[in-house]
Amino acid sequence: MTSKDKKQLKREKFVDENGIIFLDHVSMNYPEQGAPAIDDISLRIDRGEFVFITGDSGSGKSTMIKLLLRELVCTSGNVYVNGYNTKKLRHGQIPKFRRSLGVVFQDFRLLRDRNVYENVAFAQRIIEVPSAQMRRNVPSILSMVGLAGKYKSDVRKLSGGEQQRVALARALINKPSILLADEPTGNLDPNNSWEIMNMIEEINEMGTTVVVVTHSPEIVNAMKKRVVTMRKGIIISDEQEGLYINED
Amino acid sequence: MKISTFFYTLWQGVRNLFRNGWYSLASISTIAACLFLFGLFFSVVFNIRNILMTAEEAVSVTVFFNEDVSDERVAAFESEIWKRSGVGDVVFHDDDEIWAEFGSKYYGPDYATGFPENPLEGDHNYEIFLNDVSMQDSLVHWLESQSEVRKVNYSEVTADTLTGVNSLIAYVSIAIIVILLAVSIFLISNTVRVGISVRAEEISIMKYVGATDFFVRAPFVLEGILIGLIGSVIPLLLIHELYDYVIKYVTDRFAILSSLLNFLPIDEIFRYLMPVSLIVGVGIGFFGSLATVRKHLRV
Repeated sequence: MTSKDKKQLKREKFVDENGIIFLDHVSMNYPEQGAPAIDDISLRIDRGEFVFITGDSGSGKSTMIKLLLRELVCTSGNVYVNGYNTKKLRHGQIPKFRRSLGVVFQDFRLLRDRNVYENVAFAQRIIEVPSAQMRRNVPSILSMVGLAGKYKSDVRKLSGGEQQRVALARALINKPSILLADEPTGNLDPNNSWEIMNMIEEINEMGTTVVVVTHSPEIVNAMKKRVVTMRKGIIISDEQEGLYINED
Repeated sequence: MKISTFFYTLWQGVRNLFRNGWYSLASISTIAACLFLFGLFFSVVFNIRNILMTAEEAVSVTVFFNEDVSDERVAAFESEIWKRSGVGDVVFHDDDEIWAEFGSKYYGPDYATGFPENPLEGDHNYEIFLNDVSMQDSLVHWLESQSEVRKVNYSEVTADTLTGVNSLIAYVSIAIIVILLAVSIFLISNTVRVGISVRAEEISIMKYVGATDFFVRAPFVLEGILIGLIGSVIPLLLIHELYDYVIKYVTDRFAILSSLLNFLPIDEIFRYLMPVSLIVGVGIGFFGSLATVRKHLRV
């Protein structure tokens, strides 16, 4: 067994014992802000869970996503994702770590000068999937998100819902173990929002752990999933089949 | 790296050029304009230096000997002259030859009839040509201190003027070339920076998806190199095409100075200008894009 395999096994064991996402007394202070954005929170999310992170602006939801993506490093405590301690990741290890995650943003973040196919294929390019396999994988995932006929389309000409589906296809093509969705329906109308959420739910049913940051009470209340509510940097509630808690 | 990834990177670098057409055009124009100015100045300076060098080579010191100095001693003196630094050539003029040339020039072919003896007897001399005209003073000083030497003819004003102009040209050209290069580097790297900054979001998306720094950077760096290459080739072509026209124009317009205006052929100029321009253009494209992308990679 190579040292790489041993490390992988160690991470698998850690995930089994502590969850696929594990925040251990995590705090995050921005130098320019007085109060911490996240203040000593602990959270465990197991494999296959579907979790909503809710809260109003400034509650610390976005900071949490940035910590999970290793865009930020917590000022105290430890953030474990997929068995990786994000604090200990070296700069050169971050790409490999991120490939184990799928990410969807509110503003889609597509490569604007590339078509649908190229946007999705890009995620495969970076892990050097052979071209022949890529030509099979991309149409397959595009058909899963309902965009099989639009693979040549310019992403700028797609509707918001379609652009988010492209983003979802890109996030899923490398079969990530975790899907992080930061306000995935924030820029969508109710119909498109529901289509995207249904897709995300299907993905979860196939075994992918899903973390959705949202402030949409309708979606949270209707889907009856685990709901973690944050306020001013702390977790004020964590309930299975929870409801959206308004600040008032 | 897989071969397919290598070609993908190459292809993306080339595509980036066209995807960001206006930015590429602005960058190429900036580089081309800066290097064109640089090339023009470089050509002018090279030609001025060549004209000065030609003028320097024509400056000579003539040394005459006392009458009692034997021919053997005069002949031996040549090797002593050659030991002095800066000496480019030493030509011996026999007094009979001098009289033959002078007499026929000023008195006609029958010059010898009125002068049964050589009136210039004893005026045999060495004409010394210098590689470096600034060495004239020390050479003259040494010659005058030799007991065999009767007289030393030289033009102090010409040598001093040439030395002064030479130094001035050297200092001014170095200063202007440095300023031009600094301005070029500043303008070009700014253009590259602006171009890449507008793509900061694209870089961050690639990083979120898990692209390595190399994967993100390589197409941008390649694009920078291509921009630098095109931006340096354009002014080189322009200068190459314009050079002969300009030389012809100047030579025709100032025909009176044609003996002085000794222009270098374009190949001679390009022997230095081409590598310098290509290195500057490609180097700026490479390092400019490398440095700018690096700033956006910390995502």
